[in-house]
Amino acid sequence: MADKPIEGEKRVFMTGNEAVAWAALAADADIMYGYPITPQNEIMHYWTRLAPRYEKRFLQTEDEISAGFTTCGGVLSGKRAFTATAGPGNVLMQEAMSMAEMLRIPTVLVVQQRGGPSTATVIYSQQETTLTCFGGNGEGMRIVYSTSSHQDLFDYTIKAFNIAWKYRFPTFVLGDGYQAKMRESLYIYDPEGKGMAMEKTMPFLGQEGMPGVDREPAHLRNTYNTEEELYAVISKYVEEYNKLTPEVVEYQAEDTDDAEIILLAHGIVARAALAATRTLRSKGVKAGYFRPITLRPFPAEQLRQIARTAQKFVVAESAQGQLLKLVQEAIYGETVPLETYLKPGQGITGEELVDFIDSMINGKIKGKLNSKINGKGGF
Amino acid sequence: MTVVPNMPKAWRKESKPHKFCPGCGHGLVLKALGEAIDELGIQDRVVFGCDIGCSLLAWDFFNVDTVQTHHGRTTPVMTGVKRARPDRICIAYMGDGGGYAIGSQHLVNAASRNEKITVILVNNCNYAMTGGQMAPTTLPDMKTETTPYGRNVEETGYPTQGPEMVAAITGEDAYTARGTVANLRQLKNYLKKALQNQMEERGFSFVEALSGCPTNWSTNAKDTWKFLEEMMTRFFKVGEVKTPGKELGSEGKGIAREEAGKEPAKEQVEGIAREEKKGEE
Ligand SMILES: Cc1ncc(C[n+]2csc(CCOP(=O)(O)OP(=O)(O)O)c2C)c(N)n1
Ligand code: SF4
Ligand SMILES: [Mg+2]
Repeated sequence: MADKPIEGEKRVFMTGNEAVAWAALAADADIMYGYPITPQNEIMHYWTRLAPRYEKRFLQTEDEISAGFTTCGGVLSGKRAFTATAGPGNVLMQEAMSMAEMLRIPTVLVVQQRGGPSTATVIYSQQETTLTCFGGNGEGMRIVYSTSSHQDLFDYTIKAFNIAWKYRFPTFVLGDGYQAKMRESLYIYDPEGKGMAMEKTMPFLGQEGMPGVDREPAHLRNTYNTEEELYAVISKYVEEYNKLTPEVVEYQAEDTDDAEIILLAHGIVARAALAATRTLRSKGVKAGYFRPITLRPFPAEQLRQIARTAQKFVVAESAQGQLLKLVQEAIYGETVPLETYLKPGQGITGEELVDFIDSMINGKIKGKLNSKINGKGGF
Repeated sequence: MTVVPNMPKAWRKESKPHKFCPGCGHGLVLKALGEAIDELGIQDRVVFGCDIGCSLLAWDFFNVDTVQTHHGRTTPVMTGVKRARPDRICIAYMGDGGGYAIGSQHLVNAASRNEKITVILVNNCNYAMTGGQMAPTTLPDMKTETTPYGRNVEETGYPTQGPEMVAAITGEDAYTARGTVANLRQLKNYLKKALQNQMEERGFSFVEALSGCPTNWSTNAKDTWKFLEEMMTRFFKVGEVKTPGKELGSEGKGIAREEAGKEPAKEQVEGIAREEKKGEE
């Protein structure tokens, strides 16, 4: 057996796609199934170079429908199997992910978002938020981590395998083309070296022993005959999903306690939001920052608390209101006014957000803020 | 002396009688498959995947590990299992709609990649579970719910020649054959060879089984067998198409086009009444 892919911890400078491939190795993933699409290709490229050294496998499938379903097959066999995709590939992948929801198959899918709808751009967007959270003809019972850095990509890819196998819901790492293709510094590490034990896997199909004699055969189905039968199954899933929610939700917040304006963003836009928050603070504006890390389940309770004290929420995203919908649902009934900064398919910088809030404060745009807020003047 | 129906050992008693309509060919295909599994002694190694279509009714049919997948997607699920667990014997069981229409890209590519899995496809000339629409295998001039005046080959083409197609795109390690529920011994023999081809890690194996669907054909027992044995076999040649190392019977390839023009075929296919319908899935 080859040595561990990563011994201890190492500081590296690499692309996000490379970080994902290393994370999957570090998590002791067994097999990747995939179909080429930009901007996730290099996950496969690194995996196919690295995997054979550690007796791991890869299959290039005929399309993303197949990549999704072969991944389901790999996981059903008891292996840490994963796949990666983007954009139109994510659309095709949803059929398999809905089967994973129904059969409770702990698949891991890394999505590097690109522009949409349709083929759009191969570069960047946050337009796959709704699709990744709620794709398929079901209830969106899945776990979605939205990463905002290469370190996140590494950490949450490892975590995705553990959370998927612990709770048996399909789990997603939602990145984007910037994170995929840029180089950035991060630490890569052997999770065990950090005291993080990998969640055990087990075969749902193909266990040892004679079925019907030594053990019951596995009979997994996704078809039900009656409404009552289906309702009973889904109700149980909903209950389990609600139970895991407080254990799984993650978010990041800064300066929210006394904040009057909260900047709300996820993924890479959260970096701009955090930078803007700090600049605004330095100018005397009582700004705060909130970033949901899990989009499913959403840190609704935590956000609701903040909604009770803040005077304004500003939701910024590279989509036309996909995070916004999650926020609105989470704080329904609270009266904090919502302002939006939406740029579907385009990146957002911290400077833009500072300018935007500056104009808000100066009443140049609708939604004039409470006069208590300081910081008038151009900055 | 009481007569005990001889059930294959791999069958699951608790789920019998099975859920197919009386006179359905699916049960017969699964009987041949059960016997093949028994004779090869692989029950504890088989992973069985069934499609959506009437094949889904087999989700608890055997005492073997089974997963019911989506319409057309059983081939990739079994491919995924096999790639992750090469020691398992993976069987993908599907209908002609599942394999030749919605899942055709998976069939073609699994075959091209020479996946070490066994695909068993039940050809009943229609989409049975959804109530009898045209399938890629519907015979020329045959009436279905979506071809109420008969399948017009000018508009919708000729019945898919599955095993021949698979033979054409696979390497020499593949096995492909077409059996029929009218000859169960032969069908079992083909299924055994297909499974052995996987067990020996040679290559992709594919068996199409001609099968009756009295419910959607609206035929009585006699007419079901007549249609199966006389009509279907005119368009679908029963036999092995490719055995590892050897390509056989290439004469089957153009058969559908030749047969389509012949008058008696047209009359008989048109003669199939259709009244009763089955539910949706
Ligand atoms: C994606 C999708 N499209 C359509 C259906 C509806 N559907 C269920 S079974 C079936 C046809 C089954 O025909 P076939 O594969 O020939 O199997 P048979 O019932 O004839 O054995 C269809 C179209 C579905 N379940 N999923
Ligand atoms: S509808 Fe046809 S294929 Fe389906 S179970 Fe009935 S007879 Fe068999
Ligand atoms: Mg059919």
